[in-house]
Amino acid sequence: MKYRVKFWVNEEPVELEVSANRTLLNVLRDELYLTGTKEGCGAGECGACTVIVDGKPVNACLVLAPELDGKHITTVEGLAKDGELSPLQQAFVKNAALQCGFCTPGFLMSGTALLQENPNPTREEIVRAISGNLCRCTGYVRIVESIEEVAAQYKGGAR
Amino acid sequence: MGYKHIGKSYARSDAVRKVTGDAVYINDMHLPRMLHAQCVRSPYAHAKILSVDISAAEQMSGVKAIITGDEYPNRAGLYLEDRYFMAKPGDTAKYLGEAVAAVAAETPEQAQAACDAIRVEYEELPAVFDAVEGMKPDAPLIHPDLKNYKVAPIFFPKPDTNISHHYVLRKGDFAQAAESADRVFEHKYYIPHVQHVPLEPHGCLAKYDADGKLTVWASCQSPYAVRQALSVAFDLPLNKIRVISQTVGGGFGAKAGTTLEGIVIPLAKKCKGRPVKLIYTREDEFINAYVRQGMHATIKTAMRADGKILGVHNTFVWDGGAYTEYGVNITKAGGWASAGPYDIDNVWTDSYCVYTNHPVGGPYRGFGMCEIHFAIEQNIDQIAKEMGLSEVEIRRLNGLRPGGFTGMGERLDVAGFQDCLEQVLADIEYDKPSEQISPTKIRAKGIAGGWKSPSMPTNAGSAAILRMNEDGTFFLMSSGQEIGQGAATVLPQIAAEVLSVPPDKITYISGDTDHTPYEWQTVASRTTYCAGNAAKLAAEDLADKLLDLAQIKMGAAKRDLKLEDGYIVHRIYPEKRLPMADFALGISFGDGSGYGGPAIGVGTFTLENNINTDKKTGIAKNHPAAFWTMGANGCEVEVDTQTGHIKVLKMVSCFDAGKVINPALFAAQSEGAMVQALGTALFEELKLKNGKVLNHSFVDYKIPTADDMPELVVKYVEHAEPTGPYGARGVGEPLMVPGAPAIANAVTNAIGVRFTRMPITPEDVLKALRGRKMDGKS
Ligand code: FES
Ligand code: FES
Repeated sequence: MKYRVKFWVNEEPVELEVSANRTLLNVLRDELYLTGTKEGCGAGECGACTVIVDGKPVNACLVLAPELDGKHITTVEGLAKDGELSPLQQAFVKNAALQCGFCTPGFLMSGTALLQENPNPTREEIVRAISGNLCRCTGYVRIVESIEEVAAQYKGGAR
Repeated sequence: MGYKHIGKSYARSDAVRKVTGDAVYINDMHLPRMLHAQCVRSPYAHAKILSVDISAAEQMSGVKAIITGDEYPNRAGLYLEDRYFMAKPGDTAKYLGEAVAAVAAETPEQAQAACDAIRVEYEELPAVFDAVEGMKPDAPLIHPDLKNYKVAPIFFPKPDTNISHHYVLRKGDFAQAAESADRVFEHKYYIPHVQHVPLEPHGCLAKYDADGKLTVWASCQSPYAVRQALSVAFDLPLNKIRVISQTVGGGFGAKAGTTLEGIVIPLAKKCKGRPVKLIYTREDEFINAYVRQGMHATIKTAMRADGKILGVHNTFVWDGGAYTEYGVNITKAGGWASAGPYDIDNVWTDSYCVYTNHPVGGPYRGFGMCEIHFAIEQNIDQIAKEMGLSEVEIRRLNGLRPGGFTGMGERLDVAGFQDCLEQVLADIEYDKPSEQISPTKIRAKGIAGGWKSPSMPTNAGSAAILRMNEDGTFFLMSSGQEIGQGAATVLPQIAAEVLSVPPDKITYISGDTDHTPYEWQTVASRTTYCAGNAAKLAAEDLADKLLDLAQIKMGAAKRDLKLEDGYIVHRIYPEKRLPMADFALGISFGDGSGYGGPAIGVGTFTLENNINTDKKTGIAKNHPAAFWTMGANGCEVEVDTQTGHIKVLKMVSCFDAGKVINPALFAAQSEGAMVQALGTALFEELKLKNGKVLNHSFVDYKIPTADDMPELVVKYVEHAEPTGPYGARGVGEPLMVPGAPAIANAVTNAIGVRFTRMPITPEDVLKALRGRKMDGKS
């Protein structure tokens, strides 16, 4: 059974026929070739596939494609605007908050969603927001610090 | 010495690609007309394959090719050629999950459906699920043909047993040391199997062209080693195989060797012109990639009353799994380093690699060191307690110093262990007892040391090519892979220092056996050292050529010229200067003739005088190891006596890096290593039952999350490595080595119970506390 869905990815409209058993992750990676969103487990357990759907961070591997109708989706490809990296992307670069980089898009999306919702999070809130994202390389500390740094910029009015 | 670019925390050269989603990992490749592969895997840990019936599967829609073990003419293996890439009909499947057939089809779903339709008949055989049992003479034989396997001459399989290597070290005389000792101890430890868990699963794409050229894209650490293995397995000349490794989403050793590449290639051969792709699932990753071998350790220690270690006798039994891949070499490395970073006169070690019907053991960050140090470093604390001595003083008394001798009898002129130990003791304030905040949450501190040397062939080679562009930018080409550790940032920094140009003028290119020059492997914490030396030599070669041209053009003696900030400058008359870019294509003269371009530098590095150890005794008095990296960790833990939960509050690390090329990247790698060690100490174990992996998902196999992150403190000392580029030595793996035993020692210091097996789980803690109450010790 195919469903016709219309949604937005990084502010661009998309119209597709999708089958019921395909996930948002399949659609992004295999149909739209937006491969920045990664698959680390396909089971909602690693956070590598995190994207922002209507303002909330979700695991794209757990969203069925027919549910996409009318949704606004942001992926890692949509973070930089006019060739300029987002403040969180810049902080990751500056702080060496990534190594192999495979988890990085997922952390950026979780972190961005958190900062949109709560521009002034505590360290505990940051840790909670990224606790569904696994990273095997970094030890997490630079990721947490990068999110804190951007929050501090917001506080300082540098938004 | 004043450096311009060495020791500076430049941003990672791959960072922008990785934060934007532009970095291309293997699963991000979609090629036109691409097919998808899936495998049929053995449901038995040890079984004879009676027949494989593919007739029904062949008829299914979308199916383009099916292969069985019959497609494999030759065995392959890095050190011991003991496996076909797929179990052969008539032969045996040797672990639960071993591939017995594979399908390429238009979609992954069609490939899976065809796999489900393949009928395999098995005859189950008695199996080996424990390495110690597997050594016994009556154990079922997993490789009855072992005596006929091709093996590198530094390994010694025992025919008609399951022992794939017996490593022997005989320095001094342990029996005599025990005789003259005041006390002799014997302690046993067990380290279970764990998995590397790179966030990116293994993947491979292969395409076979009509002219016989095979192109393999793989997420792999060592494209040249993969090329070699494939060449042997499939009788292909090396110029007909091109292995390309792009962005690698974490390796930690799991991607060092050859895994699924060997399955994809025969499929691609049958579907000429069409690329075939296979990506492991997370479940595959836990079962069918590599695992860290389990290990049983027994340490006998002969002690003098004052804490001097007179001798040790170690027995290590490694559960190598169904095939050995790197296992025999891990067994050797564990034996080599078995004295730990201590100066001990009598060191006897027997280290055995044993075939079992378990998933295949492979190299995991530390290459045996994390395992042996879990034993060595707890052994010291245990002895200290039992003798009423200080564990710090025992380490100070026995720890290596410059001029000391390793377990293999090699004299070390550089040894930073003592400095690292003191730094760690200071940073964790080891002499100050932990502040207790609750009667049910007991806090305490622990320390551990560690060391590692690269366990690589003594003649392992690295090459680099440095191409200069017309505008004074460069391409540095080598096959030291960027796997997250920072090679693509650090190697250009090394070349930049030589050339005196900003590192961002040098673009790093790696991982293509048709284009980037030879590199033995990106393993063994050798990239900054070996590929770094090659990069430095290439830059020096290029600099020399530029100066040759400049002396003609500038009418000055070569020795009076130098490279400085993108210019060639006269040392005495610095106003005499020309941009380096002017020489990129050579020089030209008034009559229009040209000379000496285009500029290109070549560097090759093989460590000289790096020799094998003596076959019988394991001794080598001069230079069996390229270098030894030493350091220590300290930590503070909090043990909840009601829940058994252990929280690591703080970890501190200090290593002797020789020279830190990029401090931010060094710190980042140190942090990651400590947290990875924390995972093995407290959570991680591949649960195996009758050969079956029971926990093959992130729900059942927990790795550390941000929630588990302790406060992390990173320090380093710099005692230059004489043969290292700018004095650098490798650090990636050693950084992880002392973490787990430091945590184990801290837990013991908190609750007075010793855990000789990792991970230390809440259940273990509660059980131990109940036992302690019953002993009346509480
Ligand atoms: S791929 Fe979606 S959570 Fe792992
Ligand atoms: S940077 Fe490698 S998994 Fe996070």
